[in-house]
Amino acid sequence: MSLLDIENLSLTIGDTQILKGVELSVAPGEVMGLVGESGSGKSMTALAVMQLLPHAARATGRVTFDGIDILAATEDQMCALRGDDIGMVFQEPMTALNPVKTIGEQVAEGIRWHTRASRAEAEDRARKMLDRVGLPEAKFPMSRYPHELSGGQRQRVVIAIACALKPKLLIADEPTTALDVVLQAQILDLLRDLVAESRMGLLLISHDLAVVIEMADRITILRHGEVMEAGDTARTLSEQLHPYTRQLAQASMHVPARARPHGIETARPLLEVEGVTRDYPGRRTSLFKRAPTIRAVDDVSLSMAPGQSVALVGRSGCGKSTLARMILALDRPSSGTIRFRDETITGKSEAELKPARRDMQVVFQDPYGSFDPRQKVEKLVAEPLHVLEKKPTSAERREMVAHALHEVGLGISDLDKYPHEFSGGQRQRLSIARAIITRPKLVVADEPVSALDVSIRAQILDLFAELNQKLGIAYLFITHDLTVARAITDEVLVMHDGKIVERGKTSEVLDHPQSEAAKALVTAAPDLHRAIAKRLREQG
Amino acid sequence: MTLHIDIPEETFGSILAKAFGNTAFVAGFVITLLILAMAAVSYAWTPYDVTKLVISDKTQAPSLAHWFGTDHFGRDILSMVMVGARNSIAVALVAVGIGMGVGVPLGAFAAARGGLVDEALMRLNDLVFAFPALLSAIMITAIFGPGAVNAIIAIGIFNIPVFARVARAGALAIWPREFILAARAAGKSSAQITIEHVLPNIATLLLVQGTIQFALGILAEAGLSYLGLGAQPPMPSWGRMLFDAQTRMVVAPWMAIFPGMAIVVAVLGLNLLGDGIADILDPKSRRQR
Amino acid sequence: MTAYLLKRLAIAIATLVLASIVVFAVLEILPGDPARLMLGLNASADQVELLRNQMGLNAPLALRYLHWAGGLLSLDFGRSYTYSVPVIDLVRERLAVSLPLALIALALSTIIAIPVGLFSASRRGRAGDTVAMGAAQLGVAVPNFWFALMLIYVFAVWLRLVPAGGFPGWSAGVWPALKSLLLPAVALALPQAAILARVTRSALIEVLNEDYIRTARAKGLPHRAVLWRHALRNAMIPVLTILGLQFAFLLAGTIIIENVFYLPGLGRLVFQAITQRDLIVVESVVMLLVAAVIAVNLLVDLSYAVVDPRLRSRQ
Repeated sequence: MSLLDIENLSLTIGDTQILKGVELSVAPGEVMGLVGESGSGKSMTALAVMQLLPHAARATGRVTFDGIDILAATEDQMCALRGDDIGMVFQEPMTALNPVKTIGEQVAEGIRWHTRASRAEAEDRARKMLDRVGLPEAKFPMSRYPHELSGGQRQRVVIAIACALKPKLLIADEPTTALDVVLQAQILDLLRDLVAESRMGLLLISHDLAVVIEMADRITILRHGEVMEAGDTARTLSEQLHPYTRQLAQASMHVPARARPHGIETARPLLEVEGVTRDYPGRRTSLFKRAPTIRAVDDVSLSMAPGQSVALVGRSGCGKSTLARMILALDRPSSGTIRFRDETITGKSEAELKPARRDMQVVFQDPYGSFDPRQKVEKLVAEPLHVLEKKPTSAERREMVAHALHEVGLGISDLDKYPHEFSGGQRQRLSIARAIITRPKLVVADEPVSALDVSIRAQILDLFAELNQKLGIAYLFITHDLTVARAITDEVLVMHDGKIVERGKTSEVLDHPQSEAAKALVTAAPDLHRAIAKRLREQG
Repeated sequence: MTLHIDIPEETFGSILAKAFGNTAFVAGFVITLLILAMAAVSYAWTPYDVTKLVISDKTQAPSLAHWFGTDHFGRDILSMVMVGARNSIAVALVAVGIGMGVGVPLGAFAAARGGLVDEALMRLNDLVFAFPALLSAIMITAIFGPGAVNAIIAIGIFNIPVFARVARAGALAIWPREFILAARAAGKSSAQITIEHVLPNIATLLLVQGTIQFALGILAEAGLSYLGLGAQPPMPSWGRMLFDAQTRMVVAPWMAIFPGMAIVVAVLGLNLLGDGIADILDPKSRRQR
Repeated sequence: MTAYLLKRLAIAIATLVLASIVVFAVLEILPGDPARLMLGLNASADQVELLRNQMGLNAPLALRYLHWAGGLLSLDFGRSYTYSVPVIDLVRERLAVSLPLALIALALSTIIAIPVGLFSASRRGRAGDTVAMGAAQLGVAVPNFWFALMLIYVFAVWLRLVPAGGFPGWSAGVWPALKSLLLPAVALALPQAAILARVTRSALIEVLNEDYIRTARAKGLPHRAVLWRHALRNAMIPVLTILGLQFAFLLAGTIIIENVFYLPGLGRLVFQAITQRDLIVVESVVMLLVAAVIAVNLLVDLSYAVVDPRLRSRQ
């Protein structure tokens, strides 16, 4: 018998249909993977089970948990279920914990509430749970506050809250999306162990097929609120019977066609970074003392040839974004020099930097935050034209923007739109149009596809590859995602604790990592091919 | 996945449609318009001449001839309320102008420069905030003499740190955004970025604060003229009318009721308008007062 | 935490010093010679000069400032020109009216506003919320002195429950004294309560949209428990900020309200002193009020640190 049974679940918010006849079940001890791209309704499905839907939402159909009709249950009945029989883990560990309560209080609270245990008893159980999720007493006393913990540690606390009372069902909504690959692997291991220990059912929600395959016994694929395909994980993904399943799988393994190796091997490097270090002064701890200096980037040297595509990979907080900002002259190194086209750019004034800026552009991660919401596309994409020696006339400017839009696959009709009228993928195209409008020699891209759905991600990677071929632009890709590095770069630099610990041809480094940091990244990275093969082997 | 709610398309038409669906905005807009119209009409026409004293008509209760009654000099209260609106609006509006004109550039500059400049400007702000505004306004008008102009200056000075604070807080929230970084990478100077990106994005915030300060300005002006430090007789002002009413409360309560209601309605209208604008343009904007 | 406290304290002291310089400078540039004012129009130039020397008015500016500031620190505010008594005695006498008035008003405003804000936030969008916030919207728009007049009309003139004005003094007994402070306190408190209730509500609603509230709900806590245990404390920061600002506002508000009710308080003292050009009283009272505002703001900063552990451990 199933633990959770969702039958013909439909959901509307206002006039918008969010879910259409969703069917799904989870048995005790089973891991059910719920996969879909953004807007597919997977989070809403989870919230419907918890009955934590937004006020305007109306759900019909049947949701049965352990014999209880959830949609008909009273709020009191739901309160008794939530946190006791059903636990939930959320995506954003940074904001999921109350900042003014200690982690001990937050874990013990649910225990006390449901079991009426004494404070001491509840704290005792909370302590054991924190130990269990990998936050030992010695380093993480119960009196710690959330802001004293890192993202991965906070997610462990959230898991401890959800699992404190050994729920029968655990719902994990993108539990690792906000974490880097190494942390992701750790958190997934923890979830796997917890589920095995107490025969919990796990509803694992993710946009990442590779994550789900490694974890789930069965999967359900959701699109626009409808179930596309459901079944045994390995079989579903190896056979790929449904076209959407195939599309998803192919998109997540997509490698753009690129002619390689690259022919442009000129003598002079385009970019040279020599012994660059960036220190941040520690915060003042008292009137006279300061915390020790934080060295974000530590004696980094690298060089890039024109037209070369290089990946800078590393875990979050390793200093890769700081390095990128210094290369873009948005931040100044504490020591060391950066040369761009044989010209030193460190320590230059903004006016002196203008010629360099022309040849150096940037694409950011967040397709929503990287455009001024109050300006139209024409003005936004034309912004870098500001550094041109000869200011274009407005007709010329419009012409140039239209051309750039054409190059990234957008049309002239988009010139007069506002950024909010575009989807995430289209905005990233706008970002790229803005970056190439001055015909730069180098584009620095900071996690340019990590906020995008897999199918969109594949298209954007294709676009990057195409422009690299056509315009000979060199790329510096900053990413924690090895599949991106593999897909689009010739060389890779592995960064760890502010230092570059390994460098070499992309395929060599990723297939035979030498340094500890690179090995950790490679082992932790979910890989769809590998995971399917492993699954099939296990099942014989 | 988090639920992503798209910002609706903000064309002029859709904003207008939203505006007329917003009760607070419509109510505030209508009331504010009425008060402004009342002040404007008073230049051309009032039911009675407010400078003419008709002792025979003194302290008459509201009637068809005198809707709001008459005061102790026989002047028509409705006419005085109409003329008094001019004074309140003028004082509060110019004071908002002073506050915005000086405060916004200061706040935006502090946010753009950061560091010591920011610290110094904010400490200066703290200093002004340390003086209870009304007390200082009383001091200023008492020192430089009572009158509408000095009331404007007194109220305006205390609007400066309010706008500086709001502009700085808004700008500080905009500066770390990626589109600012993109503009910097495009070689724009911080002055250009402030004008092109920061100010347009905090305009809503400033507009809302503007209506709040306008309302507070009307209250402050009424307070000052009640103490005899605002506009001087024979120019009618709402605060002064209340002062005159105080000793005659028992015999002529209408002398106090109607000017007071005028203040309440004007301030209410502006506050509703501010709330409405905030709701329509930026549901998440925080208001400070 | 100590670093945070020390920084706030240093800022408070610096602000106080700057404020004293400003007050001193403003009164220094004022037209009118205090010595001549004291002696009247008929005094000869010699007499005036003599008094100026006695009063130390001819000493260099910096020295006069230091002398004055030193006096303030030792609570020696000088003598009033018009009353010819030590200013400190005047202040002490008037403070006995103004301080209880401001405190009662503040307490009243808080007691009304916080529960209304909680009520409104927890029933957001429903009839109760609409009514409460409508009343608050109206309350914000009411000038306190007009509200005071209306209160006098209803409760003193019409119902004859309380005196219309004046203050019998604490020597006449606690109850009669309190009774005469009741209407002024209500007049001061209600408009402030309206503002505070709105701030409380919006702070709570903002907090209730946070992710950690969903975490608390997923734990199985019912609405009420989530509101009290998780939302309220997080919503306290903006509420405390407004409370601090309101104290300054209440102090200044006493000036007008004391005039409406003919209360012999600090506000009335300073108002009369300004019109009579009794500068020494003006500067003393202004400095006292400024110091009170700065002290309250410091207190608010400290309470932030109590509420929010992130401030406590900020390094």
